[in-house]
Amino acid sequence: MSGFLSGLVPLETGGFEAPGVHSFDVPPLFESVPWFDKYMLQAVVSVILILAFWLIMARKNAMVPSKSQYIGETAYFFVRNTIARDMIGHDFRRYLPLLIALFSFVLVNNLWGVFPLTLLPTPSHVGWPYGLAILVWVIYNGVGISKFGLFGYLRNTSLPAGVPVFMWPLIIPLEFVSNIIVRPITLSLRLFANMFAGHLLVLVFVLGGEYLLLHSASIINKTAGVVSLIVSMAIFGLEIFVQSLQAFIFTVLTAQYISSASAEEH
Amino acid sequence: MTPLELTGSLGIVGYGLAAIGPGIGVGLIFGSVIQGTARQPEARGAMMGTAWIGFAVTEALAIIGIALAFVFG
Repeated sequence: MSGFLSGLVPLETGGFEAPGVHSFDVPPLFESVPWFDKYMLQAVVSVILILAFWLIMARKNAMVPSKSQYIGETAYFFVRNTIARDMIGHDFRRYLPLLIALFSFVLVNNLWGVFPLTLLPTPSHVGWPYGLAILVWVIYNGVGISKFGLFGYLRNTSLPAGVPVFMWPLIIPLEFVSNIIVRPITLSLRLFANMFAGHLLVLVFVLGGEYLLLHSASIINKTAGVVSLIVSMAIFGLEIFVQSLQAFIFTVLTAQYISSASAEEH
Repeated sequence: MTPLELTGSLGIVGYGLAAIGPGIGVGLIFGSVIQGTARQPEARGAMMGTAWIGFAVTEALAIIGIALAFVFG
């Protein structure tokens, strides 16, 4: 950066380390167990919380629901009616436990990104969405194969009904690549990139605002720092929306994949 | 004299370009949902379900863009 511009851009004068990919490399919690890092801790805690939530909700089923039972039933019916029944159709009950587990796991782990004690969404480390997407990939392919057999499923999934024969060489590879290979990649990358970009956005506003406010002399920069810190609260609000939306979309797409894998030819 | 010198990766500029198409696409999707809701308010639920899937599929392009911006950056 040339000397003229460095006065105008205070963050380039040195000393400020911009957030980047390295911000997501957290050290392990204990030196002796290298695989147990903050992401792992958050995932384990989220599983315990989700189990406790659903067990407590399911324990006392009163005819006239109490407040806590009402919350649990609303969450349950949201996944059951809005996601499972609308997407899969009449045979949706078999897949309901999977969808509810996926939805609560992704939602709680996304929301770790705005929870004050953690402030790091678990899926912002790409291994976690990969694991979830592999699980979903195995399940929807397994559903299709167990219903139609291997060749029946491959034929169903890579050849839509009613395609004329001269289009087959074009359609079959396209559909195969799109349904078998691209689906798990986009499913995991969508969740990962939303969490990654959202967390990066928060880091830019908070760290940049902190640097402008505390480490620069001019009053204009300090004002900009205060504005940036205030706007970061709005970014947190946006993040809550994006995190809930991504949990919803992840579950909806899982249901959609299962439904298209088990759909009859028509 | 060099008026402005950029150092580092141009990947984020590429991501900005890559986000134009999905931006237009997402706008078209929800614009159509708004129009459809205005014409037939009771069909809103059915339209929103399809719209979220269309939104997710369209957004995937921008998502791949930001992932590649960091991969090649």
